[in-house]
Amino acid sequence: MAQLPWLSLLVFFPLAAAILVAIMPANAHKPIRWWATIAALAEFVFSLPLWWRVIPGQAGFQFEEKLDWIPVLGAQYHLGVDGVSGLLALLTTFTTLIAIIGAWTSVEKRSREFFALVLALEAGMLGTFFCLDLLLFYVFWEAMLIPMYLLIGVWGGQRRVYAAVKFFLYTMAGSVLMLVAILSLWFLQKQYSGIPTFDLQAFYQLPLAPSRQLWMFLAFAFAFAIKVPMFPLHTWLPDAHVEAPTAGSVILAAVLLKMGTYGFLRFAMPLFPNALEVCAPYIAWLAIIGIVYGALVAMVQPDMKKLVAYSSVSHMGFVVLGLMAMNSQGFAGSMMTMLNHGVSTGALFLLVGVIYERRHTRKIADFGGLWTVIPVYSVIFLVVMLSSVGLPGTNGFIGEFLVLLGAFKHSVWWAVVAATGVILSACYMLWMFQRVVFGPVTHEENRKLTDLSFRERLVFAPLLVLIFWMGVAPQPFLDRMQPALDRVLQMTNDRAQMMAQADATATAPLASRLPAAPAAVSVPAEQGGAR
Amino acid sequence: MNLPMLWIIPALPLAAVALNMLFGDRLGKKGTAFLACGAVGLAFAFAVRAVLTLAGRSEEERQIVETAWTWFRVGDFSVDVSFLLDPLSAIMVLVVTGVGFLIHVYSTGYMAEDPSFRRFFLYLNLFMFAMLTLVLADNYLLMFVGWEGVGLCSYLLIGFWYEKQSATDAGKKAFIVNRIGDFGFLLGVMFLIAWTGSVNFERVFASAPHLFTAGGSIITIATLLMFLGATGKSAQIPLYVWLPDAMEGPTPVSALIHAATMVTAGVYMVVRSHVLFEMAPVTLEVIAIVGAATALMAATIGLVQNDIKRVLAYSTVSQLGYMFFACGVGAFGAGIFHVMTHAFFKALLFLGAGSVIYGMHHEQDMRKMGGLATKMPVTHATMLIATIAIAGIPPFAGFWSKDEILAKAFATGHYGIFAAGLLGAVMTAFYMFRLYVLTFQGKARFDESGGHAHAHAHAADAHGAHAHDAHGHAAAHDDHGHDHGHGGPVKESPWNMTVPLSVLAVLSVIGGWVGIGKPFIEGESWMGRWLEPVLGSGPHVHHLAVSTEFGLMGLSVAIAAFGIFMAFRAYLQQPSIATAMHERFGGVHRALYNKYWVDEFYDAIAVNPIYQASMRLWRFWDEKVVDGTVNGVGYFLEGVSALLRLFQTGYVGTYALFIALGVLALFLHFLRS
Repeated sequence: MAQLPWLSLLVFFPLAAAILVAIMPANAHKPIRWWATIAALAEFVFSLPLWWRVIPGQAGFQFEEKLDWIPVLGAQYHLGVDGVSGLLALLTTFTTLIAIIGAWTSVEKRSREFFALVLALEAGMLGTFFCLDLLLFYVFWEAMLIPMYLLIGVWGGQRRVYAAVKFFLYTMAGSVLMLVAILSLWFLQKQYSGIPTFDLQAFYQLPLAPSRQLWMFLAFAFAFAIKVPMFPLHTWLPDAHVEAPTAGSVILAAVLLKMGTYGFLRFAMPLFPNALEVCAPYIAWLAIIGIVYGALVAMVQPDMKKLVAYSSVSHMGFVVLGLMAMNSQGFAGSMMTMLNHGVSTGALFLLVGVIYERRHTRKIADFGGLWTVIPVYSVIFLVVMLSSVGLPGTNGFIGEFLVLLGAFKHSVWWAVVAATGVILSACYMLWMFQRVVFGPVTHEENRKLTDLSFRERLVFAPLLVLIFWMGVAPQPFLDRMQPALDRVLQMTNDRAQMMAQADATATAPLASRLPAAPAAVSVPAEQGGAR
Repeated sequence: MNLPMLWIIPALPLAAVALNMLFGDRLGKKGTAFLACGAVGLAFAFAVRAVLTLAGRSEEERQIVETAWTWFRVGDFSVDVSFLLDPLSAIMVLVVTGVGFLIHVYSTGYMAEDPSFRRFFLYLNLFMFAMLTLVLADNYLLMFVGWEGVGLCSYLLIGFWYEKQSATDAGKKAFIVNRIGDFGFLLGVMFLIAWTGSVNFERVFASAPHLFTAGGSIITIATLLMFLGATGKSAQIPLYVWLPDAMEGPTPVSALIHAATMVTAGVYMVVRSHVLFEMAPVTLEVIAIVGAATALMAATIGLVQNDIKRVLAYSTVSQLGYMFFACGVGAFGAGIFHVMTHAFFKALLFLGAGSVIYGMHHEQDMRKMGGLATKMPVTHATMLIATIAIAGIPPFAGFWSKDEILAKAFATGHYGIFAAGLLGAVMTAFYMFRLYVLTFQGKARFDESGGHAHAHAHAADAHGAHAHDAHGHAAAHDDHGHDHGHGGPVKESPWNMTVPLSVLAVLSVIGGWVGIGKPFIEGESWMGRWLEPVLGSGPHVHHLAVSTEFGLMGLSVAIAAFGIFMAFRAYLQQPSIATAMHERFGGVHRALYNKYWVDEFYDAIAVNPIYQASMRLWRFWDEKVVDGTVNGVGYFLEGVSALLRLFQTGYVGTYALFIALGVLALFLHFLRS
C-alpha cells in the first residue's frame, strides 16, 4: 500500500460526511438520511480491510501514521491499529451503520443535525481506538463526549437534560483525573529520557517505581471504570440509556462502554502493572458485584430499556473480570464479550426501539402477546435474548465461558460467584420475554402493531448472522485478537517484573536511572494504597 | 474405509429445521410432517448403520471419533466440534432416534388440528438436533451445547401454547431451574479443565487417575458440581420441581423430552464420566442417597395425583431416581439399561395418556375417566403392557432393569438403598395400576354423548372430598384452544397414533431381554458385554449366590404383585378403602397432594427474598445511596457555583471552568513538588 493514510481517512471521512450532511437543507429529510446511510456504508466497506488485510498473526501496531502535532510538548498525531483496536473499530463502523439505518423513521425533528452528530461521533470513536498518543487520546476521548451529550440532550426522552448532564459530568469527573495522570506521565518521561513526548509506545518503555504507579493507575482506572461502567459508578448509565434515542443507546452500549475496558487493556494495565497487581483483586470483586448486582436490579425493572441498561452493567462486569484474571483465556473472553455485548445489546436496544417507535412506550406492562401479532419480531427477539443469556451455540456463550474459565484459573471463588450471573441473566431475560412476547394480547393498541419492515429486517439480519457465526465458529475472531492480547499480557507481566526488581534492589543501576521520587507525590500514593 | 458419518445424524434434523423455516409455509401440514418425520427417520437409519459398523469391530476398537472443526482455541486450551460413537453413545443414539421417530409420527396425529403445527415440528426437530449433539459429543463443552440446547427446546415446547400463563410460567421455571444445574455443571467442567487441561472425554479420563487423588477433595467437589447439573436436567432432589410443571406442554413433548430422552441426559452424563465418579466415593454415596430419596419421595406424591400426566411425571422423577442410585452403587450399566427400558415404557405411557386425552377431548383428570378399555382397545392394550412393564412383572422390560438395579444395590451392601428401592417399587406398582384402573376400568364417569364429565359423583372419585386445587391442577388441562369439537363420542385414535403405541408396546415387552444375565445365563448379559469396553467389568462385588438372586427376584415380583392387588382392591372392587384411607390420614394426604409444599418452600426461601432484595437494591441502594451521593455532589457544586454566578452564567460551563482550574491546580502542585 502506497502509504495511503488509511487510518486517518477512516477517522476523518465520517467527520467530512458529518459536515456535508450538516450543510444540507434542513427539511430535506429523505436525502439527508440517504446520504448519511451511504456515508456510513462507505465507511463500513472502507473499514472492512481491517478484517483481512491487517490483523491476523501480527501482534504490534500496524498502519502507523506519525505527524508532529505540538512539537514543544512532544505531542504527536500518531495512529496505529492492532488486533484489539481493529476489531473494535470494525464493531464501531458496523454499529454506526446499523444505528443509522435503524433511525430512518424514528428521528423526525432536526434529522440533519442528528445524522451529522452520529457521523461525528463515529469519527471520535475511531480516533479513540486508533490513536497511540496520550494527549491525542485525551482529545478524542473528550471530543466523543460532545456528540453523545447532544444526542441525549436534544433527541432524548422526557428527562433528557438531566440524563445528558449526568452523563457529561460523570465522564468529565473521571477523565479529568486521567488528564492529570497523563500530564504526570509526560513529566516523568521527560525526566527519564529528556525527551518530552506523549507517545504511548515510549510510555510502554518508561520504568515507574511501583510506589508511584498507584495513584496514576487509580486516576486512569477511575476514568475507565466510569465509562465501563463499573459498580458503584454505574448510575449514569440507566438514565442515559433510557433517555437516549435508540441510535444513541445502540452506539452507547455497543461502542462507548467498550472505551472503558479498552482503556484498561491499552493504557491502565500495561503502563502500571505493579499497581494493577495491588488493585486487581478489588477491581475484580467490584466487577463480580457488578455482574450480580446488575442482574438483580435488571430483574425488577418495569422499563425494558432500563432492564437492558442494567443487564449491560452485568455483562460489562464479565469484561472487566476477564481482564483482571490476567491470563489468555480471561483476556480473550473479555474481548469476545466486548464484541458480543456490542452485537447482542445493540440488537436488544434496537428491538426495544422498534416497538417504542410504534407504541411510544417501553413499559413491560404495556405489552404482552406480541408473538401472536408480530411473529417475525418475536422470533428475532428470542434469538437475541438467547444470545444475551449466553446460550451455547450463540456468541454470548464463548465470551462468558472464557471469562469464567480465566477467572477460575485465577481464583475459584471469582468464578463461582460470577457464574451465578449465568443463572440470573436467564431470570431477568426470560421473565421480560414472557411478559412482552408470550401470553394473550392484553392491550388493544398492540393488536394493530405492524411486523418488521423490510428496512428493519435488513438491520437485524447481519446481527443474527454475527450471533451464530461468533457462537459456532468464533476462531476467526479469536485468531485476530489473540496476538495483540498476548502482547499486552506479556508486556504487563514483563514490566511488572522489571519494575518490581528495580524497586527491590534500590542500588541497582536500573533503579538509579529512575527519576527521584518527589516527596509530595509518593506520600499520597502510599496513603492511598489500599493495602 | 467405511465412513459412518456421525455428523449427519444430528445434522439431518437441523436441516429439517432450516427447510421448515424457509419453505414451511409452502409445504403445508403434510409436507411439514413428512419433512420432520423423514429427517428423524433418516437419522435413525444412519444411526443404525453407524452402530452396525461399530458392532462389526473388535471390542478394543469399538470407538469412532469424527472431528468436524475446531470450535475455539485460546492459549493452550482448545475445544473441537467432534463426535464420538462408542457402545454407550450407541445405545443412547438408537433410543433417541428410534423413540424420537415414533413420537414424531405420533405427533402428526396428535397435533393434526393445532394451528401451530409447523412451529411444533420445528421445535421438535431442533430438540432432536440438540439431543443428538448431547449424546454424540466427544467432549464436555460440546455436550454442554446439546445440554443447554435441549433445555431451550424444553422451554419452548413446555410454553408451546404461549398464550397460557401457566404454560409459559412452567417453561420459564424449567429453564431457570436447569440453569442452576448448569451453573454446577460448568464449574465442574472448569475443575476438569484446570487440572487436566482438556474437556475431551478420552483425555480427561486418561489423565484423571494421575492428576486427581482418588477420594480427594478436588475430584469430590468437581463431581458433586457435575452431579448438581445432573439433578437439574434429570429432575432429582433438590431441582426436580420443574418436571411436574413441564406437563403443561403438549403430551408428545412430555413423552419425548420429559420422559424418554432429555431427562435421562443427567444419567448419561454421570455414566459417561464414571471414571471420575468412581474416584469420588463420597459423591457416589451422595448420588445413591439422592437417587433413592427422589425415587421414594416422587413415588409418594404420585400416589395421590389426579391428573393423568402428573402421575406419570412423578413416576418419571421416581424412575430417574432409580437410575441414579444404580450409578451411586456403582452399577452404571444397570443405570443405562434402565434408561433404555424406561424410554420404551414411559414413552408408551405418555403417548397412551395422550391418546386418552385426545379421545376424551382434552380431559386430563382421571376422576372424570373410567371404562375406556372397550372404547379405546389399542390404547388400552398397549397402556396395560406399559403399566405391567413399569410395575416390574417379568418378562416385561421394566422388570429386568429394575431387578438388576435392586440386585446390585443389595450385592454392594447398600441395604438401606435397597429397602428404599423395594418400597418405591411397591408404590410404583400401586400408583400405576391406580392410574390404569381409574382410566380404563370401572364405569365411565363422563357423559358419553358429549364427553363432558360428571360432577365428582362416583365413589372411585377417591379425593373428591379434598379437591382443594390450590394450584389449579385440575384446570391444568391440555387444552390448546383449537376447535377439536368438544363433543362426539370417545373413540380410538387414528393409525398414526396407534402404530407408534404398538411398536413401543412390543419394545416394552422384549426390550429388557438384552439385559437378561445371571442367574438365567452363564456370565454377563448381552447388554453388560456390549457396554464393557466403556464401563469395564463393573464393580467388584462378591457375586450373589444363585439362590439369593432368585430370592431377590421373587421378592420384587411379590411386592409388585401386592401393589397391583391393592390398586385393584382400592380403586375397583372396594372404593371405600381409598376413601377411608385418605380420611384417616388426612394430613399425610394433604402433604402428598400438595407435593410437600416444596414449591412454596422454594418461593419463601429463595424466589421472594431475591425479588424483594433486588427491589430494595434498586430503590434504595441505586437510587438513594449511589445516585443520592452523585446528586449531592452536584447540589454542592451548584451551591458553590451560586456564589460564582455573579461572574458566570452557564451551568455546564461553570463546571467545566472548575474542572479546568482544578486540573491546572493539580498540575501546578505536581510540577512544584
